[in-house]
Amino acid sequence: MPDSHKVTTGGRRREAAPAAPAGPPKRRRRRRRVRHWLPGLVLLAPSIVAIGVFVYGLIGWNIRLALSSKTTDIAPARFVGLRNFTRLWSEERWILSVQHALLFTVVFVAGALLLGWLLALLLDKGIRGEGGFRAVYLFPMAISFIATGIVWRWLMNPAPAERAVGLNALFHKLGLGFLANDWWQNEHWGMAAMAIPAVWQMAGYVMALFLAGFRGVPEDLREAARVDGASELQVYRYVVFPHLRPITLAALIILGHISLKVFDLIVAMSGKQIITDVPAVYMWQMVFDAHNPAKGATIATYMLLAVAVLIVPYLIWTVRSERRG
Amino acid sequence: MQRKRWRLAPTVLIAAGSLVLAGCGGESKPRSTGTTGAAASKVEVFSWWTGGGEAKGLDAMVADFKKKHANIEFVNAAVAGGSGTNAKAVLASRLQAQQPPDSFQGHAGAELQDYIKAGQLEELDSFYDQNQLRSVFPQQLVDQITFEGHVYSVPVNIHRSNVLWYSPQVLKEAGISAPPATIDEFIADLQQVKQKTKKIPLSLGAQWTADHLWESVMLASLGVDGYNALWKSGADWGGQNVTTALQKFAEILKYTNTEAASTDWQLAAKDVVDGKAAFNIMGDWAAGYFKELGKQPETDYKWAASPGTDGVYMWLSDSFTLPKGAKHRDAAVEWLKECASKEGQDLFNPQKGSIPARKDADTSLYKDYLAWALEQWKTNKLAGSMWHGVTANNQWHTDIDTAVGLFLRSKDVGKFQKALVDAAENDAG
Repeated sequence: MPDSHKVTTGGRRREAAPAAPAGPPKRRRRRRRVRHWLPGLVLLAPSIVAIGVFVYGLIGWNIRLALSSKTTDIAPARFVGLRNFTRLWSEERWILSVQHALLFTVVFVAGALLLGWLLALLLDKGIRGEGGFRAVYLFPMAISFIATGIVWRWLMNPAPAERAVGLNALFHKLGLGFLANDWWQNEHWGMAAMAIPAVWQMAGYVMALFLAGFRGVPEDLREAARVDGASELQVYRYVVFPHLRPITLAALIILGHISLKVFDLIVAMSGKQIITDVPAVYMWQMVFDAHNPAKGATIATYMLLAVAVLIVPYLIWTVRSERRG
Repeated sequence: MQRKRWRLAPTVLIAAGSLVLAGCGGESKPRSTGTTGAAASKVEVFSWWTGGGEAKGLDAMVADFKKKHANIEFVNAAVAGGSGTNAKAVLASRLQAQQPPDSFQGHAGAELQDYIKAGQLEELDSFYDQNQLRSVFPQQLVDQITFEGHVYSVPVNIHRSNVLWYSPQVLKEAGISAPPATIDEFIADLQQVKQKTKKIPLSLGAQWTADHLWESVMLASLGVDGYNALWKSGADWGGQNVTTALQKFAEILKYTNTEAASTDWQLAAKDVVDGKAAFNIMGDWAAGYFKELGKQPETDYKWAASPGTDGVYMWLSDSFTLPKGAKHRDAAVEWLKECASKEGQDLFNPQKGSIPARKDADTSLYKDYLAWALEQWKTNKLAGSMWHGVTANNQWHTDIDTAVGLFLRSKDVGKFQKALVDAAENDAG
């Protein structure tokens, strides 16, 4: 803290400097106003500058790179407009990776929301040892996607019956051989299977969000509804669920942007393989394997845009509802 | 009570969520020690040799180096991670910041082109002349690592890419008496294994092992001259000979294991020594791995040149370079001399499980597979490995990998060849 202290005193000294013993009243009023906002600004300045440089500055730098002709480490960075952005769409690999990311997102977000909501509903109905269940469901979140990926890579191994391991071996032993499948190695629906470990990992978190949402509904409201003769089902339908909308939206945003940027889970499960290619992996390969900075930056910009499409409306909505509140 | 406590939770949880996200970007730092300090008394060497035989080999070479140069402190700046993926990213940022190590490891050949073009490497022509390296390395090797008339690295070892590993038990069970000598015999044998046994005919790992298989099939189908010609600028990738090679590759893929993408080269190679698979085509680091597993050559596994490539050594090599602006240039040159020396190479290679690039190695040090490899190295024609960095620059290499990956999905030979033609046009030279 000594640093910030120094900053404030410095600020005070600066504002005191121009003022001689007694100025005209107008000046004094201005001085008072400055005294009101300046210390706050000075306190915040380091983080504003840091965010300005390291977040927005680098985003700007990245976009500039994406608009340039720097397709090798030594190529000159001439401005080429949107060429890199349009070219990407003529590539089979890019389109495939976008399809993969979308399929993954749909299954992951829907799966985690539904499962999380269901678990929260069950816990809300009152269950013995609720704390224990809560902890058990939340635990997977403490594991990194890398660890999850390595374990699930083994669980979802698609080897045929005689060499089966993991879930397929379990199915065969239980006489449910027909359930054994290719998992993420399936050409068309593989990414849906890839979303299963992600759902497993994040459903507990969504459950905690929803549980908090359920608990946020005042008991009086439920009581009032019951007094009015509402059945338990109706209490949920008309009183509790409408209260969950903001939470659902928040969960959707959080899951959605994890999903669009997914990288670690894919790399741990499959590495750099086209069969599970997503934009983040493609970007990494372009930058570090192919040494093509402009293409990497272009993919990064598309990913930023995809997340922005999700987050910006949410931010606007939050700001508006805060103002209203 | 409990309900009330949970009312605060959404905010906390959302905040926690963003923290988790923020925490995802962790990056590992190189194990390097600072480079400041007295000049010339130190040499910082960057590699990705951090474990197993390769680390032991490096240690043996370093010990010899210290004996010869007591006044030079050796700083091992190795970064862990298979085939240098992490190391290369760390190296890229150091080179960009103009803080190069005094010498760094890289696959000899076209993989170094990005560094060369960016002016980050010193050429070593006079170093080669002073140390008579042009006569101790095979002529073809020096030719194949020469870029626009200059050499830029010193090969420490030679690995072989085109090796067929097979299980004598499984072959016997399938009624196959000798390893296949041509691609067509190979396909017939795969068919026979499939019909007569329940074993995997050809075990394969993740996508890059298909790239590795691909280069062996290309070499076999096109012949050594045809293969080598592919990597010259203006080469014809659209011809019928390439189409035929790709069709054979497609045919061979039909006999691979379904779980290939879920495994990696170790498990694929292990299937052979465990008697679960008949064949595997992998580089000769597999021999080192089998030794680690305690498997015996001749009984648990045997090897031959990959089908159709007998008499050709598809090589790859780890080499050391001299970056421009190295802080301890003189010490780095001494290190390169160690790497090029007979003693250095004979200390490093038996541990690493590879053979020296020099022709005058002490043959008594190399046993089993390595004895065979050394013999072949002296007599074979040479072809550079595409996948392991000899013939294709980084961009080309990535584009071929993408083409192979898409082909594994689509199995469309026409599209595959078109992608290869485009890649050669865009990236060659």
